[in-house]
Amino acid sequence: MILVSPLDEKTVRSLRLGDTVYVKGQVITGRDEMHKRALEKARSGEDVPEEIFGSVLYHCGPIMVQRGEKWMPVSAGPTTSARMDSLEPEMIERFGIRAIIGKGGMSREVGEAMKKHGCVYLAAVGGTAVSLAEGLGESKGSEWSDLGMAEAIWKFDAERLGPLIVAMDADGGNLYEDVRGNLKR
Amino acid sequence: MIKLPEPLEDVVFNLLKASNTKLPPDVGWALEAAAGWESDPTAYSQLGAIMDNVRKAEFLSRPMCQDTGIPVFFVKGKFDSSMVGAIERGIARATKEIPLRPNTVDPLTRENHGDNLGEGMPIVHFVPTGDDFTEITVMPKGAGSENMTRLAMLNPSDGEEGVMKTIIDAVLDAGGRPCPPGIIGVGIGGTSEKCVSMAKEALLLPVGEDNPDPDLRKMEEEIFVKLNESGLGPMGLGGATTVLGVRIKKAACHTASLPVAVSIGCWANRRATARMTSDKVEYTQGVFR
Repeated sequence: MILVSPLDEKTVRSLRLGDTVYVKGQVITGRDEMHKRALEKARSGEDVPEEIFGSVLYHCGPIMVQRGEKWMPVSAGPTTSARMDSLEPEMIERFGIRAIIGKGGMSREVGEAMKKHGCVYLAAVGGTAVSLAEGLGESKGSEWSDLGMAEAIWKFDAERLGPLIVAMDADGGNLYEDVRGNLKR
Repeated sequence: MIKLPEPLEDVVFNLLKASNTKLPPDVGWALEAAAGWESDPTAYSQLGAIMDNVRKAEFLSRPMCQDTGIPVFFVKGKFDSSMVGAIERGIARATKEIPLRPNTVDPLTRENHGDNLGEGMPIVHFVPTGDDFTEITVMPKGAGSENMTRLAMLNPSDGEEGVMKTIIDAVLDAGGRPCPPGIIGVGIGGTSEKCVSMAKEALLLPVGEDNPDPDLRKMEEEIFVKLNESGLGPMGLGGATTVLGVRIKKAACHTASLPVAVSIGCWANRRATARMTSDKVEYTQGVFR
């Protein structure tokens, strides 16, 4: 299934655990430092880049190269999402984030925020960074580049980003918890 | 100064390029074998995406993962301290030219100088072996797997059962975060720092090769079976492929101690080695026989 971003709440709520999807359209990257700064600014009433609102937020710190005027991703796989656990519920609430792409899943609190506000977690296959970079295509610009290549916001108009697995849905479903609950030790 | 056939800086560059763009052959075979027995459809399709990415990375000569890690070096045989400077230059050049992602930051200010160097860098372990050649290995270690490293200072009475439990728990608690299915490196014994070091060195041992120590071999096999029966699967999303291999190293320890360390390698378990005599250099991503 192809999801076209920006996503509306109805589309997001129709997704089910285990669905395989590809994302076409607007995607921004953001990880630890971006989350910190976005919330600090929002809490003190300062502006943040408009692309954050209603975004498909990719937990990714890509390797980018400059070709002429353009910035291209060379290698752009997901980073471990759990590092953003403590900041993500507020991100979802303040900015209406519709989908988070990452790896390893997120906490129950993030799942609750997803259910309340209409957001899903899409699992990218960790380490498949060349394929995922191709799916993103050239960057449409960046914000907060002072944070460095890995931590900056990179903006994309994704061609076909995936495969992504719906691993936390907007109904409280969580594939990671299902797997964890059934682990044999 | 030790006479080398090529500037060490160039050899370091070649090692960083190979390890980041090409999968070690033993790891590739283990992934293919796993795809052969995996019956969970989500797990199977993820293994397919991994192998697809490996082929693209090698063909396009691009880092297979954007987290090109912190390169950890091991130098054996003939070495001298001038080699650290050459390794630094090789890292800085590789960061610009391959390119690698600039990953190193100050631990407190989080300031990034963009060259993958900085205070206390590079990480180089000199291992005196008495060989009449110089062998240099690089292991680029990403943070997803490195952050899941565990050291447990067990009581001797915890015994082998406690050791097994520590290892299984470390892997299952890590879940999808270290990008399973990977290699599990284990250190048993030594002092605390020796134990962690052994766990990391164990990741350099070939996957699928029998441990020469029959007791360790038995443990490796038992842990391998247990973890793959756990149901964690690729990326923690379920399936029969949780690890590709388990490798253990041990050392003597204090009579009152039982240290156990677990170092997890992601599915790529990146590594490359060069062996140099005065007139030639050879490369491998496995081990020299």
